[in-house]
Amino acid sequence: MSTTNTEEGSLTKKDFVTENDVRWCPGCGDYAILNAVQRTLPELGVPKEKFVVVSGIGCSSRFPYYMNTYGFHTIHGRAPTVATGVKSANPDLSVWMVTGDGDGLSIGGNHLMHLLRRNLDINVLLFNNRIYGLTKGQYSPTSEVGKKTKSTPVGSLDYPINPLLFALGSEATFIARTSDTDQKHMVETFKAAQAHKGTSFIEIFQNCVIFNNNAFDTVTGRAVRSEQALMLEEGKPLRFGENKGIRLNGFDPEIVELKDGDDESDLLVHHSKTNNPAYASILAQMAYPAFPTPFGILRQIEGRETYEDALHSQIKASQSKGEGNLQELLTGKNSWVVE
Amino acid sequence: MTQATDSFEEIESAVVRFAGDSGDGMQTIGERFTDSSAFAGNDIATLPDFPAEIRAPAGTIAGVSGYQLQFGSHSILTPGDEPDALVAMNPAALKSNISDLPEGGMLVVNVDSFKKMNLKKAGYESNPLEDEEFRKKYQLIELDLTTLTKEALSESPLKPSDKARCKNFFALGFMCYVYGRPLDPTLKFFDQKWGKRLPEVADANSTALKAGHNLGDTMETARNRYQLAKAVVNPGVYRKISGNEALVYGLVAGAQSANRELLYSGYPITPASPVLEGLSALKKFGIKTVQAEDEIAAMGVAIGASFAGDLSVVATSGPGMCLKSEFIGLASITELPVIICNVQRGGPSTGLPTKTEQSDLLQSLFSRHGDCPLPVIAAHSPSDCFECSIEACRIALTYCTPVIYLSDLYVANGAEPWLVPNAADLPAIEAKFADPDEEYISYKRNPDTLARTQAIPGQPGLEHRIGGLEKSEDGGVNYDPENHEQMTHLRAEKVERIADTIPPTQLHGEAEGDLLVIGWGGTYGAITSAAQAMQAEGFSISSLHLRHLNPLPKDLGEIIKRFKKVIVPELNLGQLSLVLRAKYLVDAIPLTKVQGKPFKVSELRDSFHKELS
Repeated sequence: MSTTNTEEGSLTKKDFVTENDVRWCPGCGDYAILNAVQRTLPELGVPKEKFVVVSGIGCSSRFPYYMNTYGFHTIHGRAPTVATGVKSANPDLSVWMVTGDGDGLSIGGNHLMHLLRRNLDINVLLFNNRIYGLTKGQYSPTSEVGKKTKSTPVGSLDYPINPLLFALGSEATFIARTSDTDQKHMVETFKAAQAHKGTSFIEIFQNCVIFNNNAFDTVTGRAVRSEQALMLEEGKPLRFGENKGIRLNGFDPEIVELKDGDDESDLLVHHSKTNNPAYASILAQMAYPAFPTPFGILRQIEGRETYEDALHSQIKASQSKGEGNLQELLTGKNSWVVE
Repeated sequence: MTQATDSFEEIESAVVRFAGDSGDGMQTIGERFTDSSAFAGNDIATLPDFPAEIRAPAGTIAGVSGYQLQFGSHSILTPGDEPDALVAMNPAALKSNISDLPEGGMLVVNVDSFKKMNLKKAGYESNPLEDEEFRKKYQLIELDLTTLTKEALSESPLKPSDKARCKNFFALGFMCYVYGRPLDPTLKFFDQKWGKRLPEVADANSTALKAGHNLGDTMETARNRYQLAKAVVNPGVYRKISGNEALVYGLVAGAQSANRELLYSGYPITPASPVLEGLSALKKFGIKTVQAEDEIAAMGVAIGASFAGDLSVVATSGPGMCLKSEFIGLASITELPVIICNVQRGGPSTGLPTKTEQSDLLQSLFSRHGDCPLPVIAAHSPSDCFECSIEACRIALTYCTPVIYLSDLYVANGAEPWLVPNAADLPAIEAKFADPDEEYISYKRNPDTLARTQAIPGQPGLEHRIGGLEKSEDGGVNYDPENHEQMTHLRAEKVERIADTIPPTQLHGEAEGDLLVIGWGGTYGAITSAAQAMQAEGFSISSLHLRHLNPLPKDLGEIIKRFKKVIVPELNLGQLSLVLRAKYLVDAIPLTKVQGKPFKVSELRDSFHKELS
């Protein structure tokens, strides 16, 4: 999202809190994400009345009710379409879309793909908890193969979808990942998404405390995260742990241990603005246990026109040659007069 | 040689049908003949009839495309039951249309195409044109259309195959001669379409058209030539208009009358695509059009745009309505104005995608889960689509509600002359957004209409949330049993109150009597023609045609009581009759047809006679 200016510092987190009781389960990761969003919005320089939060269905999609902005809780999987309508009608609004792994990648996968390729200037927050929470614990499209749930008592069969690769395949212009465990990183990522002109897709690892507790502990748990999380920093080599890094062997990434005296020069250096999607694709496929899991902005491509700008500039170009006259339209070119 | 002008026969109306391969340009010449007839001052009604396949194998029955029109010096309400003249471009066109041509009717055939292979493809074992009985049965005019066209274009630089393609205009020229139609509108059409881009194509088609016309002038067999007086109509500026065009113009006019920006989102579907295409061409009116990824998305985009303050519209056909249903429920519970147009076609499923039917009435009334009544209106003729779409805008914005607008393939593709309205006279539609200086309660209602007031994003201080969960008046999520019951009743009552603004029902005929015919949608012309003819014969029959199908007009129950019998002709298995039976406890007799074709006036008359005997 790009920003419009308003008085800096006139808004605070409190301005974005509603009176509604938040009804997520105690300990749900959604609370941390809500907190991060409410901390981010006052700092964006956008007047409060310009924010619109649109969601689909699921635990995450209750989000708009807890944000004191304009909000629309729509139907399952279809938030991208409603968000597209809002932004197309009024490009001046700052539209934030909240979805989940089931909402965004199963029932609404088609719409999400088209939102991303159209590149509307909308921020998409996909809460990935790898489970269906609101329907009480069925496996989701991001659940690992063999997941035992109430609907898959002997294990799920289908291969999971990788949200970042999905976004990359849909040619999203901004792709990032963050985690509900890291307030600072979430706020930074949301701000970067807002600064990006075009659709910003953010996968958020979000813990479902009831139906899939600790799903991301192997990556984001306190004890392991320095070894298992790869924090992407623009222009810096891919390093993690005490002394490890990632380099390329052909097209495959590999982990190297840097010993005393080794320099970093053969490590991959993070350039999120690399035009070729191959690099982001390599990052998107790095996952536990073979690799550390990347967090941060995997890819941001500038210069592709947003859908709403193109839509409105076509109208402006047409109107610059003269606005439409209703009477001329009704009469048409082949009328005749009866005396 | 006989001077053709000596042999004019004065007639009041005529029905002409053009039939050929779907690549032969039958729709094009049908439309041109219609334009010429409109220019000649006749009233007209048309019935384009084409196959679902763009180009089925050439020469086969499946690929036959037809266009029928009736034109006359009196009011013409239908495209006619059967043709007076049939133009058949190939054996398949002859085979699939000849049963409709009455004995003694004019039959113009392109004999060039009556070759063994084409006869076989059409399923003829022998050439019907060689059958003496067949030849005697009709007023047969055999033309070597392909050869004649190529000869006429001997000077043209076009390739021989392209020259042959001009034969449809040769045929049109000939028929224009027979019925005394002017060539000028068609010559103007060539100039507008190809004059600048492909002048040689414009020239060739002009030459073919004129050659066809001249042939009529010099040909002995064409001595039957007809002449029609101009139809007596109100003075003013007229144009020809199709139903889908009228819908497009009505939406533009409605948005201007309401001072709202118009956003249209659609997904291509027959027969509603012309609405998407038509509005996409009107960017200078500031209209935003979005071609969505599917029918569901089109509805979602419209709902989002409505939330943001635009007048939003979708148009689709039956299968698309199925997909939109869940979203229509959301628009109902969030009480957002959206105009949902359903240009009906034969169903269920893919059904008959290029044929007409009126079988989505019950879907329109009841397809949402939960108790979710919505306003439903239906257009009865091509030009009525204009008025109906403005009415849809009025209802949507005044009552802050989704509205379902029904037309059908017959009305949408059909065309008729239209007295062009004065844009300045169109009534304003009052629809205000919430005032930022006042306290905003999202479901607080106007005491008269029960409509809530929309507050649009961007207005400081009016931030609020809406959504699919049941709400209380203050906009908060509310699961209380009493609240849900109250809100369900309020939404229903709001829709019911629209009836307060419906004008009194117009009855054609006496206010009481033996038989009342109740119709809706595209059956208007056939029902009215049949009832009028029987009134002239002295029968006690009246007819009325419903525009508002939900809520129904307040006076309908009283009108029904004044007749001994009620019959309801519909192109479905009896959907409106079911509603009337339920609502008025009346023994409404269903008169049904589901052949993908409109009613013939004669069919209706036969049925009405039966009820009256």
